[in-house]
Amino acid sequence: MHPFRLIPKLLLALALLITAAPGAFAQDVEALVNTLPEGSYSDREKVIFDLAATGDDRVASILKVLGEGDLYVREEDGRVVAGKRAGRDYALSDPLTGEALGAAPSSDLDKIRVNNRLRRAIRSAIGQLTLMSPSPSVRLTAARSLLRNADPDALELLDEALAAETDTGVKTVMELARATTILKTDAGLDEKTAAIDTVTARGNREALAVLTASLSTAPSELTPAIERGIAGIERKLAMWDGLQNVWYGLSLGSVLLLAAIGLAITFGVMGVINMAHGEIVMLGAYTTFAVQQVIRISFPGLFDYSLAIALPLAFLVTALVGIAIERGFIRWLYGRPLETLLATWGLSLILQQTVRTIFGPNNREVGNPGWMSGAFDLGGLSITWNRLWIVVFALVVFAILLAVLNRTPLGLQMRAVTQNRRMASSMGIRTPWVDALTFGLGSGIAGIAGVALSQIDNVSPNLGQSYIIDSFMVVVFGGVGNLWGTLVGALTLGVANKFLEPFAGAVLGKIFILVFIILFIQRRPRGLFALKGRAVDA
Amino acid sequence: MITRTLFRAFDGKANWVVALLAVIAVLVPLSNLALPVGHPLRVPDHFVPLFGKYLTYAMLALALDLVWGYCGILSLGHGAFFALGGYAMGMYLMRQIGDRGVYANPVLPDFMVFLNYDALPWYWHGFDMFWFAAIVAIVAPAVLAFVFGWFAFRSRVTGVYLSIITQAMTYALLLAFFRNDMGFGGNNGLTDFKDILGFPIQASTTRAALFAASAIALALCFIVCSAVVNSKLGKVLVATRDAESRTRFLGYRVDNYKLFAFTASAIMAGIAGALYVPQVGIINPGEFAPANSIEIVIWTAVGGRGTLVGPIIGAILVNAGKSWFTGVFPEFWLFALGGLFVAVTIFLPKGIVGAFTGGWSALKARRISARAEQGSDIAPEPSPAE
Repeated sequence: MHPFRLIPKLLLALALLITAAPGAFAQDVEALVNTLPEGSYSDREKVIFDLAATGDDRVASILKVLGEGDLYVREEDGRVVAGKRAGRDYALSDPLTGEALGAAPSSDLDKIRVNNRLRRAIRSAIGQLTLMSPSPSVRLTAARSLLRNADPDALELLDEALAAETDTGVKTVMELARATTILKTDAGLDEKTAAIDTVTARGNREALAVLTASLSTAPSELTPAIERGIAGIERKLAMWDGLQNVWYGLSLGSVLLLAAIGLAITFGVMGVINMAHGEIVMLGAYTTFAVQQVIRISFPGLFDYSLAIALPLAFLVTALVGIAIERGFIRWLYGRPLETLLATWGLSLILQQTVRTIFGPNNREVGNPGWMSGAFDLGGLSITWNRLWIVVFALVVFAILLAVLNRTPLGLQMRAVTQNRRMASSMGIRTPWVDALTFGLGSGIAGIAGVALSQIDNVSPNLGQSYIIDSFMVVVFGGVGNLWGTLVGALTLGVANKFLEPFAGAVLGKIFILVFIILFIQRRPRGLFALKGRAVDA
Repeated sequence: MITRTLFRAFDGKANWVVALLAVIAVLVPLSNLALPVGHPLRVPDHFVPLFGKYLTYAMLALALDLVWGYCGILSLGHGAFFALGGYAMGMYLMRQIGDRGVYANPVLPDFMVFLNYDALPWYWHGFDMFWFAAIVAIVAPAVLAFVFGWFAFRSRVTGVYLSIITQAMTYALLLAFFRNDMGFGGNNGLTDFKDILGFPIQASTTRAALFAASAIALALCFIVCSAVVNSKLGKVLVATRDAESRTRFLGYRVDNYKLFAFTASAIMAGIAGALYVPQVGIINPGEFAPANSIEIVIWTAVGGRGTLVGPIIGAILVNAGKSWFTGVFPEFWLFALGGLFVAVTIFLPKGIVGAFTGGWSALKARRISARAEQGSDIAPEPSPAE
């Protein structure tokens, strides 16, 4: 809203509200402040109205000081000062500019006294100044404070402000505040019913609190309406809570998906659970940290692009590490899956300790770029940007991976090796190379998962360990050799976890999930989406 | 029948091991208690509980070897059985503190007073009696292993999947024991023990006795394992390891054999845990950590799985190495341990003992074939599977 358009409305409102002489508009604030100590309480009340009528930005703060009884006259020069007790003396400051004016003992100061009538006048003047302020945020704060402490005296003021309000966000809060206030006054039944409807329509926790509070004071004719309103709001809130839980679950599920998907590929193709997988995720996160560090030092302007730069780098670094692990260690252990598990566990310890030696044992700070920080509201949901991006990112990675597996020659070969290694080899597929590339691809995916996780988790040498067990669970739950299984497994476990949390608490919820998976594996020893085969020892 | 099985347990090698353990059980405490301080042959005070700890670890590795080395079940959750046994003993030791705790409550342990418990939870009753705690230390791991194994083996969960769900089991227990509401002291666990069976737990005589008890328990476990693997039952276990489906088709109830091995192994692990706790003076949920259970696997692998002496050697060597490394180069211990995992799996798949006996049997085979070439008709021994 343009401030100049407001001035006539403001003046109109003031003229309606204030009975002071019209001449007061012309007087300047300093002069008015200096007249505050003079005369009787009723004179002072007039000055307060005059002050409010100036519409000056500084007036609200002066009135606040006055209302708190912290305004004094200094005896030596008769100047009006704000005083705050500091030890035995008072620290003085100019009430208008806030400039410090030294200290003085209380004997040198005369308090400008206020009584209850004046306090009320001050309150309404402040409310009027803030409710009609040119800045929407000031108006919003004022409306919220009225909502919290509904004051029947401010009703008239609110009506004026509502008439002048053009910002819809502020207006809804004001309407709610007005309805709340009406419920506290002894207004007529019709008016109160309308107020109840307004509050019910708002339908959030604030409204629920208002209705619950009014239940005891409202006349008995209104009780059914209020109870209906409460029930309606509670239903609505329960629905939004459910949706919020689904969202949290999806968010957790997408994190699990990112962490597990690389594992699913290597396990599916090679039948090997790579215990160093978590550490490869960690390497991806540390790559992000290194990229951001370079950017911070050399190219601060590129910070918002740091993740875009880190993604390909992390993929490359971790894919190379993965290929090196496969060529260096795992290929000597084919046909012995349990021993590969041990060797990769050993590798994970080595990788962890290497990172700890290079980067130190503490958490490293990885910043969120601007477009990933903050949150927004969607209906009754509160969604943070970084979580939203991670969900999107996980799905994109999943889609790309699906395309690679189903649409590229490498994918074809990988599927062939997964389904029947010896047959694939007989058909001329170089299975060792497929293994190496698969491991590289799985590790690369783990690396970019690390980039994403660096945005929501602490980047420390233990990052990988906290995800590895969850990733296993997702993979064995979803079933091997089928990416859809991993997707369904990750999202199911994520949502189930978040739905258990409110009833059982985070830890117990997780225990339930683990027990559930243990039992589930009994029913379906090869997971949710098992590859069908005819071999006795699959 | 039983005597014959037991008798068969004492083949040449087993005799030596049991004799050695018996000698250690007598000599180490004797040298610590009888010789004057500063005597070159005296075992220093702090070495007694340290070696006692290694012996309980050796028992744990032996227990794992029974299921992994002889039955092919790679359990990544054996730490859970160990810790359960440890908690049972820890609960007894907690109750022994009595009113000597910080809050001087005669019934409730300190952490319960701290957490505002009004009365002892029902599952803490009876732990003021040693025999009860000892039974629980055996029964709790056995029940867990039996139930878990009964489900898992009947459903034919094998290989990597079984390893993962055993890991999930110990992880779930880790999370559960971390909770204060469980009534097991939360993440601080149980500690500040004072007495065991009326003897002060810090006294060197008590420690020597605990050491001797550990050595004897290890020797008994060794005899039992030896009896099992040398019996017909042991042959079926090995057959299950090498070709599970074939064994099943031959008419053996593979699930029952596996269940027996798994439960017996869990009992041994539980006893090891119960002996471990009074010697180190603390038990906390960290013992349930999946990483600990994986470490047990490496002890067994280093020593040589599929042999009974191997895990004992492996557990003692790796842990002595750990004590030394963490004292001298603390930051390199994880490198060493990680390197050990990699090197053992790639270069020493049969472990130290396997490498030695492998070399020995290769030598013997060469001699036999040389003799066969000279016209002798001794048939070569069948080579062990895998």
